[in-house]
Amino acid sequence: MSWALFLGCTVPVRNLNYEVSVRRTAERLGLNLKDLPDFGCCGFPLKSLDTQHALVLTARNLALAQAAGHDIVAVCSACAATLAEAEHLLAGDPRLAEKVNGELARINLTYQGGVKVRHYTRLLYEEVGLDRIRAAVTRPLTGFRFAPHYGCHYLKPSAIMDHFDSPEEPRSLAELIEALGAEAVDYPGLKDCCGGGVLGVNEDLAQGLAFAKLDQLSRLDVAGLVVICPFCNIMFEGQQKAVAKKHEVQLKVPVFFYPQLLGLALGFSPDELGFKLNRIKNKDLLKAMED
Amino acid sequence: MADFDLNRADPDFKHEVAGRPGAEKISRCYACGACSARCPIGDLNPEFDPRRLIRLVVLGLKEEVLSSPLLWFCSTCYTCQETCPEGVDFTEVLFALKNMAAEAGFFPPSMSAQVDLLRKHGRLYEVTDFENEKRRDLGLPELTEKPEHFQMILDNFQLGPETEA
Repeated sequence: MSWALFLGCTVPVRNLNYEVSVRRTAERLGLNLKDLPDFGCCGFPLKSLDTQHALVLTARNLALAQAAGHDIVAVCSACAATLAEAEHLLAGDPRLAEKVNGELARINLTYQGGVKVRHYTRLLYEEVGLDRIRAAVTRPLTGFRFAPHYGCHYLKPSAIMDHFDSPEEPRSLAELIEALGAEAVDYPGLKDCCGGGVLGVNEDLAQGLAFAKLDQLSRLDVAGLVVICPFCNIMFEGQQKAVAKKHEVQLKVPVFFYPQLLGLALGFSPDELGFKLNRIKNKDLLKAMED
Repeated sequence: MADFDLNRADPDFKHEVAGRPGAEKISRCYACGACSARCPIGDLNPEFDPRRLIRLVVLGLKEEVLSSPLLWFCSTCYTCQETCPEGVDFTEVLFALKNMAAEAGFFPPSMSAQVDLLRKHGRLYEVTDFENEKRRDLGLPELTEKPEHFQMILDNFQLGPETEA
């Protein structure tokens, strides 16, 4: 099967390590990802200002995928939830769909419904499955402990996520980490928000949320934090120095995108997975991958 | 938001809010406060209080609500929405309130800056040769921009007269 790869705005410009590891791991696991050059912003940034215009921008992407005959796999959690929500809203409200199609007609597009949208992590969990991932591992990450970070829009709102995992007791990412031979640790702040959604409006609040989790992780014996969303990455990796300075603490928590770890376990080298672009290195992990 | 003059309250405000897509279920709120108890933003700034915001809407304090910078402090984590025993969908209520605030001219400057970027590039980040060169180095396909679509869809999009929230 093939999926249209929805990169969103941030990943293809700021998280090339994430993108390259998604592409390599997908290919290795037999997931055929297609690029649609006309994909653009998912619409989420506009939702706060104008829900209806945002919905048309979102539906534009759904229409492009439909015209190409693909379902969508997204790598940003906000994009994935926004696209899935639009499909859900339009499927349940024919009058709304008609109105949105009236707008899309101005750019010669139409959306008839039925494009399924999933996050890449969910696709790995559901479509490839833990057994096949375990079987594909050639270099298990035995002995390394990682803290999963689910983030918010990967699981919520749960009403549009077909309940593939529980927002209250999420397991999918921990199980995906464990499928690589590593250990996934549970910790009190497991489900806490990164703060990324409010960074542009109130830096103190955003950094406050990021600090709470990073501070907790710096006391745990973990090789790093595992994220699956570019906004979470901005908060935990991009903002880590600023957060440490503001709160007058030392922080050195490596942050990885899950597909980077998956790629290591599938035998790719750190360079092939863009590890040079990870700002906070875990030398033990990188050294283990050279042997 | 300290003292309120209820003589200036707008009794239609709650109906206006409930008429917005996603906010229809606001009338189900029985003020249990589960939303506020689990809100991570409220943890850091107790002034941000979902239950209180719903009460202010129900009381009809339209101007106080729509002009409040607090509306924009939500991180959209959806915890309140998942927690609410009455299915109020408070995150969506807040989107409706932010939409109304924006129409009235109350919005943070970073929000309108994003609209400008979408009109110019169809993305939040401009794609130049510099970005594509970095992509080529990693064997990633070239990115393109399609701003025409965004300009056409957004040509009838307008924010209220700007009054910083």
